[in-house]
Amino acid sequence: MNDNPVLRIVAKIIIPMILLFALYVQFHGDYGPGGGFQAGVIFAAGFILYGLVFGTEALRSAVPPHILRIFIALGLVLYAGVGVATLLMEADFLAYNALSQDPVAGQHLGIFLVELGVGITVGAVMITVFLGFAGRNDP
Amino acid sequence: MLIEVVNVVILALLAVTALAAVRLNDLFAVTMMFGIYSLLATIMFVVLDAIDVAFTEAAVGVGISTVLMLGTIGLVGRRARKASHRPILPLIVVIITGAALVYGTLDMPRFTDPAAPVHQHLGPYFLNESPDQIGIPNVVTSILASYRGYDTLGELAVIFTAGIGVLGLLGLRRRKRPGHEGGAR
Repeated sequence: MNDNPVLRIVAKIIIPMILLFALYVQFHGDYGPGGGFQAGVIFAAGFILYGLVFGTEALRSAVPPHILRIFIALGLVLYAGVGVATLLMEADFLAYNALSQDPVAGQHLGIFLVELGVGITVGAVMITVFLGFAGRNDP
Repeated sequence: MLIEVVNVVILALLAVTALAAVRLNDLFAVTMMFGIYSLLATIMFVVLDAIDVAFTEAAVGVGISTVLMLGTIGLVGRRARKASHRPILPLIVVIITGAALVYGTLDMPRFTDPAAPVHQHLGPYFLNESPDQIGIPNVVTSILASYRGYDTLGELAVIFTAGIGVLGLLGLRRRKRPGHEGGAR
């Protein structure tokens, strides 16, 4: 598909919109439908479209596999880290109320952080799975 | 009344799509059928007012899994091999299992019954307490991330494990090709 100018230009126009929409879904999940999981999948879909149109080799240089591997673990560590942080603040595991003086503000912060963790891991895993499958039959 | 018609039409289309996917021999067409099936399921979730689930189904079922199946077809070829055995025994097992499941639904509360146990116990608690305890408008997010934070952590661990599994089985390294420069990474 590398030599199709229509596909390349359309992809270049809509990939930034997909990534922006993913960020919107990520950080607007408290107020509307969506959240970390959906945002991670949409974010990965943008990169997968890039890989489909420009080739997996180009995708590999855009998101190097060793960075992906770090991000896969980073999201889970962030999520569990919030739980450990609440433990250190002498509350229950993942009891976000302890994160701030105001319980509701603590809940907001906790939900923001764990959703971010979900988004990071899901996005990285989806790109990894795509690269694992699609990267095997490169010419 | 209208909602029942919509439900019946979507369910009928789901059955038709599933049968078509079973009958077809061309794996590319089967993948497209799966995509259509997921889109119909998405509509079903929207009709049921489960917008967050519909969102996930549209992104994962229609988008990612279709791409992954196309990638797999690229590896294995697009023709299904002829079955080497007659499908009578599996058919009987499936029919018996399906009949048992349908029999099981007879004890369930009626569809959209507000007096069903699931709407009496925790549901009202979450809906009433979430604005004061969590303070965010989307109750689905407050349940997923806060009330059921342990479950979501477990789900994330499952996705993490899936990613590690794919890395272990398929790897991400470029295959070494003779005569190709710059392959070291």
